[in-house]
Amino acid sequence: MTLVRTQLGRRAFIKNTGMAGGGLVLGFSFFNACKPKVAEAVAMELEMPETWYEINGYLKIGDNGVVTIMSPNPEIGQNVRTSMPMIVADELEIDWKNVVVEQAPLNTNLYSWQVAGGSRSISSSWQNLRMAGATARHMLKEAAAQAWQVPASEITAIAGVLTHEASGNSAGYGEMVSAAAQIEVPEEVELKKNSEFSIIGTSRKNVDGKKIVTGKPLFGIDVMREGMLIASLVHPPAFGKQLKSFDAEEVKKMPGIRDVFSVKLYDDDFDKMAFHFTAFNEVVVVVGETTWQVFQAKKALNVEWEDAPEVTQNLTLFGNEMKVKHPAGMEDSESHTKRLKELIASTAKVARRDGNPEQAFKNAAKVIERSYSCPFLAHNTMEPMNFFANVTEDHAELLGPTQTPEWMEVAVAERLGLPLEKVDIQMTRQGGGFGRRLYGHFMVEVAVISQRMSAPVKLVYTREDDMSQGIYRPSYYATYRAALDADNNLIGFHVKAGGIPESPLFANRFPAGSIDNYLAEDFTVDTNITTGAFRAPRSNFIAGAEQSFLDELAEEMGKDPIDFRLELLKRAEENPVGSPESNDYDASRYAGVLKLVREKANWGQNEAGVHRGVSAYFCHQSYVAQVLDVVMENDTPVVQKVTAAIDCGIVVNPDAASNLSEGGAVDGIGHAMYSGLTFKDGAPEQINFDRYRLIRHREAPKAVETHFVESDIDPTGMGEPPFPPIMGALANALYKATGRRYYHQPFITDKPPLIG
Amino acid sequence: MATYNLKINGKTQTVDVDGATPMLWVLRDHLQMVGTKFGCGIAQCGACTIHLGDNAVRSCQLPVSAVGDEEITTIEGLSEHGDHPVQKAWLEIDVPQCGYCQAGQIMSASALLKRNSSPTDDEIATAMNGNICRCGTYTRIKKAVKLAAENNS
Repeated sequence: MTLVRTQLGRRAFIKNTGMAGGGLVLGFSFFNACKPKVAEAVAMELEMPETWYEINGYLKIGDNGVVTIMSPNPEIGQNVRTSMPMIVADELEIDWKNVVVEQAPLNTNLYSWQVAGGSRSISSSWQNLRMAGATARHMLKEAAAQAWQVPASEITAIAGVLTHEASGNSAGYGEMVSAAAQIEVPEEVELKKNSEFSIIGTSRKNVDGKKIVTGKPLFGIDVMREGMLIASLVHPPAFGKQLKSFDAEEVKKMPGIRDVFSVKLYDDDFDKMAFHFTAFNEVVVVVGETTWQVFQAKKALNVEWEDAPEVTQNLTLFGNEMKVKHPAGMEDSESHTKRLKELIASTAKVARRDGNPEQAFKNAAKVIERSYSCPFLAHNTMEPMNFFANVTEDHAELLGPTQTPEWMEVAVAERLGLPLEKVDIQMTRQGGGFGRRLYGHFMVEVAVISQRMSAPVKLVYTREDDMSQGIYRPSYYATYRAALDADNNLIGFHVKAGGIPESPLFANRFPAGSIDNYLAEDFTVDTNITTGAFRAPRSNFIAGAEQSFLDELAEEMGKDPIDFRLELLKRAEENPVGSPESNDYDASRYAGVLKLVREKANWGQNEAGVHRGVSAYFCHQSYVAQVLDVVMENDTPVVQKVTAAIDCGIVVNPDAASNLSEGGAVDGIGHAMYSGLTFKDGAPEQINFDRYRLIRHREAPKAVETHFVESDIDPTGMGEPPFPPIMGALANALYKATGRRYYHQPFITDKPPLIG
Repeated sequence: MATYNLKINGKTQTVDVDGATPMLWVLRDHLQMVGTKFGCGIAQCGACTIHLGDNAVRSCQLPVSAVGDEEITTIEGLSEHGDHPVQKAWLEIDVPQCGYCQAGQIMSASALLKRNSSPTDDEIATAMNGNICRCGTYTRIKKAVKLAAENNS
């Protein structure tokens, strides 16, 4: 696979010319720059053609009618490797059973947003994927029209067969593809109407399913290559420490060990993106023949660490410059909590102010104030960080799990001293992402090691390396206050939120816009513990806090929690506070999922012994409402069922989307209930699954039921949105079950102080 | 270093390794059988589950020297054509998200069904509790185990 850079940037790839009668008409230009390797059949029994014809960068058609569709984005478990090709196949009009899916390499000329982040894979490529299929369909029709001497407009294309009814002509795509490949790519092409979709909106099974259940090599950690060496790193055991010295003499004599050396990842003047970043710029590397030998050698290595000075990192994020200060010193959880509590009680930065909240609180007959918190979390993808590289004098091949190949390519090229076009990055299937693999320092690490060893190298982190490396979900804190008048009306609302090192506040999300007197403030605390995006960043805390507070507020006001939210949303829809643009959500769609979950969960018809909590949230352009049922078994709350209602626009692959909803619920319950990282002397106190708790089978809800809002809106996010709200539904159901409100995650350690 | 003759998936495989090497790494690095996954290295996550005889064991904590004559089955050898009832049920329910833990889940589930052909929900939870799924496919795993039990009865 060679990357060919053309003069055409990706922005020229698609130029929207707007709507035209019947369907969406788009202007664009395709480049057949990429020559994919021989496809591997999804359905292994599928017969391969003798010749493939490339129609565009997304697909090629064989002379027997089999179609290979490239899936451009990283597959981290969100199932894009199935759902993205489904979109192409639908517009192409091909029977799904004749489709072979191939992972596309990084190619910034052909594809845009080859990122697994922001729940944007489908939404950002929706039009491109459709265009790719529709163009091919158009070219096939054109080829048939020329062959049969009939107007193309009279030809139909259904399930891979071209037909001209009047003349009685008919041909499969395979018969027409060699001619179609010669047809000029149209300037414009008509897309299907939503009502004409035949694959989009139907459930299709994971294209890698068979390989997964039979243990075929699929993941980065499975990469094997002739002459490949294994590398692993030793990084400082605590944040605030750096490498002083190491003694590798004995270790170098251990069986299978090839070399031990230290590596400095980035020069001080390297212009880093936020995704390049690592806490530990200098690490010790052990290289050997087998993984076990390398892991053993690491344990035997003698390394001395020293205190690191304060550092200010200059990072760029999507063109914005940010300065991130990492203070010197060893931090601990106790001082973190103390600092957050100090700051929540002092002044913060005003993010939004509507009406006169100070006056409202002054006039209040009653003020309700509650505080919420959550700890740092490690992403803990089941597949630990790893990557393969083979760096030669003038070329670098990288292969493995990354959520951000494009952004990491820049860092790899710069560090190796190679031009961008000499760095090829391919993606394997990935054993989880959750945001962790947005930060690809391991790609730079393995590239540097391979360059130094002049050999193909696979870098493998141990679980302990992975869990102590940083890039954690930040620790957050929030205080909510509500002002009620003598008649129990809500007259003021105040949220003050902060975190280490970022604030979780979304000042313009609900309930902003629904309350006249509203104040949102936030603050941040510097730390040398590194953090990063974790499934639904910030939302993954603030949703649960806000939705727990609204539940408590509804109870205080004597209202049903769903009715209360719907009242607020009605206000936001009919007469929003602030300008219409100032509120970040669509109140009617928000209300829509609450109404749907109310109906589907039979809210209000409670069974004896079943305690219910509700929650709803908007993020990544999607709306999710969840009802969670708890029963008490032997004085222990057990989550029996979750009912979810989701509005994510058009649902491409409903069963796969349901799987994400189920996983989101399990993930949210697990992290809110059980997980947390604590720190002592700068080091995480949990570095493997013996002390770090992840939700297990027995603790998962017995059932998760998902209902999608029927929609004609283009798809919005699905990977992240089901995760944040469930934490609120859980807290609210636990309250009903136990009589106690849970404010501080993980809830298993949120115990009231001992009295008496 | 020592030579071990191992019975794996019905075939005898000879490896020359340090006796302390865990079976996980013998399989992955020495025999290029990478279906068995590395997750934690301390028998807490279940990603490396294989069968030793009829029992599900964590291969990351099983030194090659302790295997002896016992028959080992890995995900690659669970069935010849990927059609073990548990594998079929996994596909039918479309269990995986990222898929990384699923080989271990399938090995735990197939060992359970071997000794208990129709497990209750509670028995499934007990047998599967040692296998972490970070994506949270537990509800589907339970459905698939029950489906495999039904189809096999």
